Amino acid sequence: MTHSQNAELERQAAESSVAGPDNRLRITLMVNGDRREVEIEPRVSLLDALRERLHLTGTKKGCDQGACGACTVLVNGERILSCLALAIQYTGQEITTVEGLALDGSLSPLQQAFITHDGFQCGYCTSGQLCSAVGMMREFDDGVPSAVTADVASGTIDFSDTEIKERMSGNLCRCGAYVGICDAIREAHSEVHSEVHHAGESR
Amino acid sequence: MRNFAYAKASNSTEAIRLLGHSGAAKFLGGGTNLVDLMRENIEQPESLVDITSLLREIQENADGGVTIGAAARNSAVAAHRTIRERFPVLSQAILFGGSGQVRNMATIGGNLMQRTRCDYFYDAASRCNKRTPGAGCDAIDGFNRMHAILGWSPDCIATHPSDMCVALAALDASVEVEGRDGKRSIRFTEFHRLPGNTPHVETDLRPGELITSVTIPKLDAARRSVYRKVRDRSSYAFALVSVAAVLEVENGVVKTARLALGGVAHKPWRAGPAEEALQGSPANEASFGRAADTALAGAKGFAHNEFKIELAKRLIASTLADLARKDGAR
Repeated sequence: MTHSQNAELERQAAESSVAGPDNRLRITLMVNGDRREVEIEPRVSLLDALRERLHLTGTKKGCDQGACGACTVLVNGERILSCLALAIQYTGQEITTVEGLALDGSLSPLQQAFITHDGFQCGYCTSGQLCSAVGMMREFDDGVPSAVTADVASGTIDFSDTEIKERMSGNLCRCGAYVGICDAIREAHSEVHSEVHHAGESR
Repeated sequence: MRNFAYAKASNSTEAIRLLGHSGAAKFLGGGTNLVDLMRENIEQPESLVDITSLLREIQENADGGVTIGAAARNSAVAAHRTIRERFPVLSQAILFGGSGQVRNMATIGGNLMQRTRCDYFYDAASRCNKRTPGAGCDAIDGFNRMHAILGWSPDCIATHPSDMCVALAALDASVEVEGRDGKRSIRFTEFHRLPGNTPHVETDLRPGELITSVTIPKLDAARRSVYRKVRDRSSYAFALVSVAAVLEVENGVVKTARLALGGVAHKPWRAGPAEEALQGSPANEASFGRAADTALAGAKGFAHNEFKIELAKRLIASTLADLARKDGAR
């Protein structure tokens, strides 16, 4: 995003910062790199804005109360629950949905790994699992501990199955494809890391 | 969900002005609890004042303590290097709460203000003195597995759901607030209230006041601290019982002890008498067992949660024993 685009978004964010109860207001969401204008009431969730207004139906509505994780999207690279998010709070922020995970038209290594390892059965939770896993791997690579990390003050954590399960606990799969999901995430994480490693060697 | 007006505040003065004091407006943080309650029509504010863009800093104080801005995200606090080193119990307590997604949204101030997850509070068809003062309580004779065993009243047996707040209670934190009449500081253990006959009044906050930050004072002993939580599934569930503990042992004798319990009361439960019993006692199983008994003295359960009393005692004793071993190993 250019500076002028940023400034424009900030100006719009400032303008949209007050809305009456009956106001429908026009806000700008940055979704998968595109500027999308949408007219909403303050009560509209980010999930409904994405699905019903922008017709990005990859993001799923499961419980609509923060229990299942099917609605997970990334905001500025961090995973959140779009069902508990009011769209108006996310004006001008970089939102990534499952539609934005593929790279130049081909599946990301994580998406491919979900297919290779049968990381789903019905597929309803998959977009949330994928977005959550992307955010989770970034948290892990940033050294963020979890509830199962033995020593939170320690700088090194193993990318173990125990860690993966704990960190993915906000995403339910009622088909029970958890084993495949863990396998896919483990493989995608190690692939990315071996690529980073090789890139370092070739320098 | 009923519609509402929305305004985003750019500083605390503006936030307080926008909120007013009619009670019809509410502050909005990450929304993880408030938006859910609004969808259920339990909360029906006429307007929301978004305070997520203010007060996010985590600041190290000269005395060795930290001050955490009220809009700091739970995930940012849990990951903060200084907090992980000096107050691991706080980092752990946050990581034991919610899911990765929820922690990225939730704010520290919002965590303090979250409402109970009592099923009867959430169910508009049930009687609840929190929702409708004087209506009665359907939890007392209902399914009360998750409910209080300490400090409850005949009007309310709900528990406070936070993990983070249990650690803050153990760490002698304070809550900094700002209102039209100026700023004041509230001791963390006095911030949340017991239900008494006004269970709808949950905190010491006055109408129109804004939480601006939480301060944790220096406590060297807290480098050896831990949070443990027992729940019905191993992740993403509220506590049946949880314990935040700090233990410093010198020459086999307890020098410093801090103990707080979660999942047992209407507020994070600081176990002061148990700490006093520990102070100066030999760091052994007998002392830890006595402290556990002291902490649960006066506890009384209901049809489905009597088990919490014994569970809490065992959790306290084993947590203290683990910490003593850790301390001995250093």
